[in-house]
Amino acid sequence: MTLYEIVQSLQLEVRAGEGSLSNEVRGGYASDLLSDVLANAQEGDLWVTLQTHQNTIAVASMKGLAGIVLVNGRNPEIDTLEKAEEEKIPLLVSALPSFELIGRLCQSGLSGIRR
Amino acid sequence: MRVLHADLHIHTCLSPCAETGMSPFTVARLARQRGLDVIAICDHNSAENVTAVRTAARPIGLAVIGGMEITSQEEVHVLGLFPEDGSLAAAQAVVYEHLAGENDPDMFGEQLVMNEQDEVIKSNHKLLIGATDLTLEDVVQTIHELGGLAIASHVDRPSFSVISQLGFIPQSLGLDAVESCSDRVSASPEGLPMISSSDAHRPGQIGTRCTRFLIDDPTIAEIGMALKHVGGRRIVMEQ
Repeated sequence: MTLYEIVQSLQLEVRAGEGSLSNEVRGGYASDLLSDVLANAQEGDLWVTLQTHQNTIAVASMKGLAGIVLVNGRNPEIDTLEKAEEEKIPLLVSALPSFELIGRLCQSGLSGIRR
Repeated sequence: MRVLHADLHIHTCLSPCAETGMSPFTVARLARQRGLDVIAICDHNSAENVTAVRTAARPIGLAVIGGMEITSQEEVHVLGLFPEDGSLAAAQAVVYEHLAGENDPDMFGEQLVMNEQDEVIKSNHKLLIGATDLTLEDVVQTIHELGGLAIASHVDRPSFSVISQLGFIPQSLGLDAVESCSDRVSASPEGLPMISSSDAHRPGQIGTRCTRFLIDDPTIAEIGMALKHVGGRRIVMEQ
């Protein structure tokens, strides 16, 4: 599934990294602790978080994540947007709370467990 | 006793997120120029530039407290300020033992250890931006066991503060103070003493905020007394 398809079906707002929406999404990871994402997210994961600071972009880039979705309509900081453009990391925003957004991502066929 | 101007939260080029221009001699010189009497060097999870800043600061009459900004498992930043080199080194050893990962300078930034003449000695390869696997409680306890002061960093910020990560300040933690880095908080949370500091990552930020202490000497013992408001020591409020 591409990130573009997810953006369309879940009506996500694209705030940065629009050029990389063709990224293949292979799974999902949800966490608000950067250290946890560094340790446990896998390449190609879509990362669901409420963290809006710029270190998220470095983490996503380092782990080769497909993109980041901010929940609850959170507003990314300006330097986060700049860094996301620089690193070509799609930064998306959903108005939904985490629980609901993740439920819908699972329904659409994404999984948090890789075989 | 006298009023000393203290900026107790300054990073150097050892912190990946700080500018490389935050070199030991430059930090010391700018701090003195801006009227500070005492600074604390608090890099992320490391204290390897403390000695260089102190050596650079001695001839210009600036006191330097050795510290570290330790990241707990919950990704809460806590300043540990230590009374002498031995306790700082011991704290450093505990933090390193509990800090995994290797830095990627392209992603997070350079981590330079320098001497007092701003010459690069080496790069630190640990993932200093990372979190230790110590709980917040363990971090505060470790600092206290080594005779240090534990201060919750930038409680007025939306990330990496005890309030952003936990939502409140557990009374049982026994923090010595909280730090504010903006004018957003006026009253101190939970009745804890509140200090004000710059959290400088760039030369221009050094001394932009400071705390005025009425104390005898710029030592941890005296600052600790001022935080407790005992022996006539205290924080002098801004007019």
